[in-house]
Amino acid sequence: MTADGGPELVQLLTPEGERVHHPEYDVDLSDEQLRGLYRDLVLVRRVDAEATALQRQGELGLWAQCVGQEAAQVGSGRALLPGDFAFPTYREHGVAWTRGVQPLQLLGLFRGVTNGGWDPHEHNMALYTIVIGDQCLHAVGYAMGMQRDGSDDAVICYFGDGATSQGDVNEAFVFSAVYNAPVVFFCQNNQWAISEPLERQSRIPLYRRADGFGFPGVRVDGNDVLAVLAVTSAALQAAREGQGPTLIEAFTYRMGAHTTSDDPTRYRVSADLDAWRLKDPIERLKVYLARSGWADRTFFDDVETEAEELAIHLRDACRAMPDPPKTSMFDHVYAEPHPLVEGEREEFTRYHASFDTAGVGGQH
Amino acid sequence: MAVTTLAKAVNAGLRKALESDPKVLLMGEDIGKLGGVFRVTDGLQKDFGEARVIDSPLAESGILGTAVGLAMRGFRPVVEIQFDGFVFPAFDQIVTQVAKHHARSDGRTPMPITIRIPYGGGIGAVEHHSESPEAYFAHTAGLRVISPSNPVDAFVMVQQAIRCNDPVVFFEPKRRYWDKADVDDTIDVASAMSPFVARVVRPGTSATVVCYGPMVRTCLEAATAAEHDGLDLEVIDLRSMSPLDVPTVAESVRRTGRLVVVHEAPVFLGVGAELAARITEECFYSLEAPVLRVGGYHTPYPPSRLEDDYLPDLDRVLDAVDRVLAY
Repeated sequence: MTADGGPELVQLLTPEGERVHHPEYDVDLSDEQLRGLYRDLVLVRRVDAEATALQRQGELGLWAQCVGQEAAQVGSGRALLPGDFAFPTYREHGVAWTRGVQPLQLLGLFRGVTNGGWDPHEHNMALYTIVIGDQCLHAVGYAMGMQRDGSDDAVICYFGDGATSQGDVNEAFVFSAVYNAPVVFFCQNNQWAISEPLERQSRIPLYRRADGFGFPGVRVDGNDVLAVLAVTSAALQAAREGQGPTLIEAFTYRMGAHTTSDDPTRYRVSADLDAWRLKDPIERLKVYLARSGWADRTFFDDVETEAEELAIHLRDACRAMPDPPKTSMFDHVYAEPHPLVEGEREEFTRYHASFDTAGVGGQH
Repeated sequence: MAVTTLAKAVNAGLRKALESDPKVLLMGEDIGKLGGVFRVTDGLQKDFGEARVIDSPLAESGILGTAVGLAMRGFRPVVEIQFDGFVFPAFDQIVTQVAKHHARSDGRTPMPITIRIPYGGGIGAVEHHSESPEAYFAHTAGLRVISPSNPVDAFVMVQQAIRCNDPVVFFEPKRRYWDKADVDDTIDVASAMSPFVARVVRPGTSATVVCYGPMVRTCLEAATAAEHDGLDLEVIDLRSMSPLDVPTVAESVRRTGRLVVVHEAPVFLGVGAELAARITEECFYSLEAPVLRVGGYHTPYPPSRLEDDYLPDLDRVLDAVDRVLAY
């Protein structure tokens, strides 16, 4: 497999920031929209960096970095229409940004104050799914529901290169194909499943897996926000028009660790990182904007300032995030009353109350 | 509806559910034209269409995973797992997603999914077709686990399971599919007895025998046989393994002082073990004997030529009754 993605890679903006054309895919964006994408990328990267720092400071138990994958996430997220629904893994911070989920809401899960964090129905984005690949079947089921509702909306499902080995992901391909479900499978191939390289998951390029399931597969430069936007928009449109699923392989690179608990120096060489640093998704758009005269120094400085303010806000808000009430673990286990849970809640409350009265002045 | 089998009673219950709520969908392998391998869904696809009675690809995790997505979209999926031993490919979706999604979403996204599973042995089947895996599911918070023992309960309880906003694993006692009873199909399901409480099916005084699903008939037969020895057994159909109706069992044990729990599933860490622990806590001063369990052994389900020696039968139930009365 070629390290650069090979000739099949759809690209509209080269790593050097040069706008190129593709026979099949294109985008027509105003300079304002282009600046908006740049802002998205920078703010998402800043949120990611701040969350990483918060983990190092002990404010988060864990963080799964998305650094390097911002274009794949923002480009695909910005291709969605309001009625579309996104199913993320646990790394889709850029997608969440495009769906209006507040960065602070992403931190709750990693701080350990919730297992969710936002209202999926408000943002049309499911909660982060930690079991690898499970969400792909949820996405297909949701798309089957859209078919039954006569909706014109579509679903996008995120997963990684490692997940393509999971049974559930392959079952999702099968179900979506036979039911012609309006779903776009968006695989961010960041080359690494924790310590295992792509070669441990596949002998063929991932986008070609789609052939076997009977729907189109396309490989896009995942660090090119314009190409990702173009390819995802086309796939979503095909889904809306009743043409069924598409598999998009966004060819990118995990510039950070798998999570803050990982140590990539044990299994990969720094030369790879250096090579991919030259393909950075933000730098190429910055060069393109500057060279085209669509953004000046003031704009770039303003975005940096906004990013810094967002980071400060996130840091303060994260530290202020309260622990949930102790008895909240008993809430919502069931939608309807369950005597065991209610009994255990009472027992728990009684036990804890025993400390309140144990000593003088509530000491214990 | 008159006299009907348990299988046809489930069919009638599914039909009622499909008629009363357009969000109810059926999914499973071979449930369409074939009507399921036990014909439980016979005729439903013909009457409700392929969009609502869905023949799925042969992938159990796929069935449960797509059901989660459909539930998120506001549907009430009723999925069929063809046989007890085939549920395990779907175990991940059931335990990590179906069971936990309501809590994970802080109550925003209920999972009103009914998982129908024909279970239990006694039909001379090959491996993986005779198992009783209910304890795995009862052990998981977020799931409800119930099992009817007769056609009337089958008709009502399947509809109650579908109406429940929690996921319900609905274990159908497959060797009782052909048991018959008079089923009144005008029963008002909304006001019927909760499916999550136990029922005293035979009042008695000598000892309490708790059972569910396929073992209820066995235990009632044992109670009749015990009459010849002058014993008056109380038989309780547990009906629900999660939640467990401990109060109904405890009330009985306080009167009889003795408890035998009977199920086909292995006794080790099973429903009977949990019931024994809880009854010991609740009824310590009423108990005249330790709680005894009758059930499967800690072995794989044996080849069918041996299943009569593996499954609890009338004699093994009476043997346990004798032992519990010997204290």
